Amino acid sequence: MRTGTRAAIAAPHLRTDRWWLAPAATAAGLLAFVVYSTWRAFANADYYAAPYVSPFYSPCLAENCEPMKAGPNWELFGSWWGISPAIIILIFPLGFRLTCYYYRKAYYRGFWASPPACAVAEPHARYTGETRFPLILQNIHRYFFYAAILVAGILTYDTVLAFRDENYQWGHMGLGTLVFLLNIVLIWAYTISCHSCRHIVGGKLKHFSRHPVRYRMWQWVGRLNARHMQLAWASLVSVALADFYVYLIASGAFDDPRLF
Amino acid sequence: MSSYEARFKVWRGDVRGGGLEDFAVEVNDGEVVLDIIHRLQATQTPDLAVRWNCKAGKCGSCSAEINGRPRLLCMTRMSVFGRDETITVTPLRAFPVIRDLVTDVGFNYAKARQVPSFVAPEGVGPGEYRMMQEDVDRSQEFRKCIECFLCQDTCHVVRDHEENKPAFAGPRFLMRVAELDMHPLDAAEETGLDRKGTAQDEHGLGYCNITKCCTEVCPEGIRITDNALIPLKERAVDRKYDPLVWLGSKIRRR
Amino acid sequence: MSVVDRQEWDVVVVGAGGAGLRAAIEARERGARTAVICKSLFGKAHTVMAEGGIAAAMGNVNSGDDWQVHFRDTMRGGKFLNQWRMAELHAQEAPQRVWELETWGALFDRTKDGRISQRNFGGHEYPRLAHVGDRTGLELIRTLQQKIVSLQQEDFRETGDYESRLKVFQECTVTRVLKDGEQVSGVFGYERESGRFFVLEAPAVVIATGGIGKSFKVTSNSWEYTGDGHALALLAGAPLLNMEFVQFHPTGMVWPPSVKGILVTESVRGDGGVLRNSEGERFMFDYVPDVFKDKYAESEEEGDRWYDDPDHNRRPPELLPRDEVARAINAEVKAGRGSPHGGVFLDVSTRMPAEVIKRRLPSMYHQFKELADVDITAEAMEVGPTCHYVMGGIAVDSDSAAARGVPGLFAAGEVAGGMHGSNRLGGNSLSDLLVFGRRAGLHAAEYASAEGAGRPRVDDVQVDAAAAEALRPFSAEGGEPADGPPENPYTLHQELQQTMNDLVGIIRREHEMERALQKLAELRVRARRAGVEGHRQFNPGWHLALDLRNMLLVSECVARAALERTESRGGHTREDHAGMDRSWRNVNLLCALTDPTGGLAGTDAVRGQIALTRERTEPIRPDLLALFEKEELVKYLAEEELYE
Repeated sequence: MRTGTRAAIAAPHLRTDRWWLAPAATAAGLLAFVVYSTWRAFANADYYAAPYVSPFYSPCLAENCEPMKAGPNWELFGSWWGISPAIIILIFPLGFRLTCYYYRKAYYRGFWASPPACAVAEPHARYTGETRFPLILQNIHRYFFYAAILVAGILTYDTVLAFRDENYQWGHMGLGTLVFLLNIVLIWAYTISCHSCRHIVGGKLKHFSRHPVRYRMWQWVGRLNARHMQLAWASLVSVALADFYVYLIASGAFDDPRLF
Repeated sequence: MSSYEARFKVWRGDVRGGGLEDFAVEVNDGEVVLDIIHRLQATQTPDLAVRWNCKAGKCGSCSAEINGRPRLLCMTRMSVFGRDETITVTPLRAFPVIRDLVTDVGFNYAKARQVPSFVAPEGVGPGEYRMMQEDVDRSQEFRKCIECFLCQDTCHVVRDHEENKPAFAGPRFLMRVAELDMHPLDAAEETGLDRKGTAQDEHGLGYCNITKCCTEVCPEGIRITDNALIPLKERAVDRKYDPLVWLGSKIRRR
Repeated sequence: MSVVDRQEWDVVVVGAGGAGLRAAIEARERGARTAVICKSLFGKAHTVMAEGGIAAAMGNVNSGDDWQVHFRDTMRGGKFLNQWRMAELHAQEAPQRVWELETWGALFDRTKDGRISQRNFGGHEYPRLAHVGDRTGLELIRTLQQKIVSLQQEDFRETGDYESRLKVFQECTVTRVLKDGEQVSGVFGYERESGRFFVLEAPAVVIATGGIGKSFKVTSNSWEYTGDGHALALLAGAPLLNMEFVQFHPTGMVWPPSVKGILVTESVRGDGGVLRNSEGERFMFDYVPDVFKDKYAESEEEGDRWYDDPDHNRRPPELLPRDEVARAINAEVKAGRGSPHGGVFLDVSTRMPAEVIKRRLPSMYHQFKELADVDITAEAMEVGPTCHYVMGGIAVDSDSAAARGVPGLFAAGEVAGGMHGSNRLGGNSLSDLLVFGRRAGLHAAEYASAEGAGRPRVDDVQVDAAAAEALRPFSAEGGEPADGPPENPYTLHQELQQTMNDLVGIIRREHEMERALQKLAELRVRARRAGVEGHRQFNPGWHLALDLRNMLLVSECVARAALERTESRGGHTREDHAGMDRSWRNVNLLCALTDPTGGLAGTDAVRGQIALTRERTEPIRPDLLALFEKEELVKYLAEEELYE
């Protein structure tokens, strides 16, 4: 490598477009979600309105949960758990999204300015990327993916339960059921489109031709994966929406319109 | 459509220094930025240095930065700019300047040498190679690379941190590692070379924080991040962060 | 005396395209310390522009194919003027050369059973072109580049130095081949980056510099194609062969003006694209020449059936050899049936679904979308002929690629003449690069090692003369005021391109070529006053001023040979001598310097620098002639040749 000097250009960048718009919007969106979800996670109230349970509180694993008939409250944690039961379970979807390859890009750019946008100088004197603690932990993304599958499974269960009415009779559908359906489809799409998933179902193979079924699955996941960013945002909004919907009903601000 | 006069700012200088110089130059229908640079050479500044070759987006020589964004001069049409816009053309920022728009891209050739080459499989002679299209698709995408080095230039790991250059191969050559690791007949593993592990240990895969600028600038539209870098990261995880594999390798070493 | 950096090597390869790199690999593998010099960055050579594929009779798609069929196609395409031994070696060795690339990591498109897929191309009887989408040249150059890197890694493990046995001097230009008496002793050149001069001493020099297209205005060639190798050989005393044969590729872009000439790959037609004039007619059916009448479809229906059932139908005339198609397009435009921007329409959009087009012709889709704002999946392209390839070149020995008359000088690739006769088939150039690149490297290495202890000596006087010649453009301004003001090299270049394009272009006439020769003489005088500003560091004006010498020399060769050959054959079409003349079949035209002793400074600028000689070609070997039907040979060969 020859050493030399770069062209003497003092400006940190020469971009003339609104390059700051994307990172600013990303940061604003993520921040809004963080504020909202922190409030809701610690509120420990208004998260159940039969038959709907907020996805933030599902499964509910402490004794201090609201009783949900046949719902996902399994008291694995005893009575010693004093604060909001959402905290126990939220760690998994949070970890999944925090280590997600898309969200990493989003918050490295939006919050860390590393880099703020392409070809715009970052403000840090040093950069080691994901080579050392703590960011080296990003490599455990696939374990969060496994956990996210479980969580998505439970949320699917919740969605099924949303076909009961407030008296736990089957054959009901309210606006909330639709909100839950939409949410669970997006959650699954986001989860399945994960890069780790793409690797596990087929990406790790050297010879697709010897594993035709996995090759098919890999192609299918790949098509979803191309929309990972859109799915990440859509599912983030839908999960907050589902929670907010439950909040509105549980707090009595709104009545769930019944479709049948 | 007619011709008009455009305002240009072109960086001129060398290692000793330099700056943006203003030009007013004629632009005709259908022209690209490289045409304008050539017109400057022919009419105003015969010694303006610019590297170019095929002028069809196939060789990757004319890489530079236009309005602060890394691009090929020959594939940037003048019609994407407003007629009253001043167009700024500067050399690639991540590499040492030689003169005007020409930079020393030797970094990339040095990195290319550090990636171990394709290892031919034992006992398979010329003419006996059998590979299925679906098995070569992935590596073929990476082999579309024209080595314009725009990804290397835009990557903040080295663009903003010169000190990372020794440790980091850059997107282009991490993609080369991925290409070889996905090659259906590469026999590196049989010779004891673990491309997945070395991607992280020797070529600096961990520096990549997948912010996708390489994918954004790629003139060939190669999905570098999604198809090469992230899969390579996942492959490295297989090797290094999968507890079962890790345990297995510990036991075997004893 | 100027102080010049000197290094010793065994083999020096000038040019780092397919032929140069293949030669370097072979020479290094044979134990020769090898240096490669190229004008661009390593891996950017013009070979990357090749799109269609590498012709090699592997028989993967149609097992009827073998080297004899390939040989026949090549000879037909070249109108039997090919140096037949080259065509034979080429057809025989091409498959080996392609398979070898796979062992170096190349990834070609595959057939269903996992072998290398092969596609149809103009003039080839069977699907024969190994390809990677429409970026085969890129795959070729990258594979060779990576093979070189792997050899360097090998050397690094053994010697601790990547460049101990194989080094690439990138962005350097060679201006002279140096000689010790009759033999080659090295090369003189300059680094483009710094302007510093250097000498590489070597007993063997392989020239692999490609073509001459930059002497023409509308060309698919890049700036590198200034005929450097042709001129280097001429100046070193080696003759050039059949320089009148310049291939105009039928399909170059015609709009917008700034990309006029950029290639539209023949695969567009190979994969089903059709040519139409402004009246919507598939005019190629009217242009099938007699010699090809029984090989091509007579109706659109038959032509269309051929894509699916090639065994029972004849191919559409869009797939005639390039010279025929280029002339046909030229004639249509002249007759007023051209497209708005002076070309004809090439249409795939009505022939294939958009998805298939994007998959099979990705870079064409990209090229038209980005450069012309045309979506080829929805509308027709406008195309016209563009200067693409020179069949003529350095006269070489068929087996060893050694240049005639200069021991130690070798040539391979486009710069070498003979292989393609009067017209090259698509796909034959990439295989040519590999077959003869390897042969040149092999024989250069053998020559260099046999040469032994007595290495030829580099003469200081020659080095000084070369340095002075290279520095001339800087002193032009203050030099000889009586001659007039300094000339702008860009202006001279534009005038040269216009002259060649208009007067020695695709259709040629005697009086026009005479005018061209006069104009060339005038340009030659003015070129001696070509002056440049600034300093030697990466100065494009200076580089162009030096390249002008080469372009002027080569252009004169083309014009003189074209004037001499009073027939139309392959890439040489005379309006005043329209037919192919069998008595010219066995005539080669050789160009040499009129003043082989002196530098250019000593040459009378007006009289011309090139002398032509005629030469009888070697008779085609009987067993090769026996591969053809008698009725076909009658169309090409002179009476006496038939009965020998």
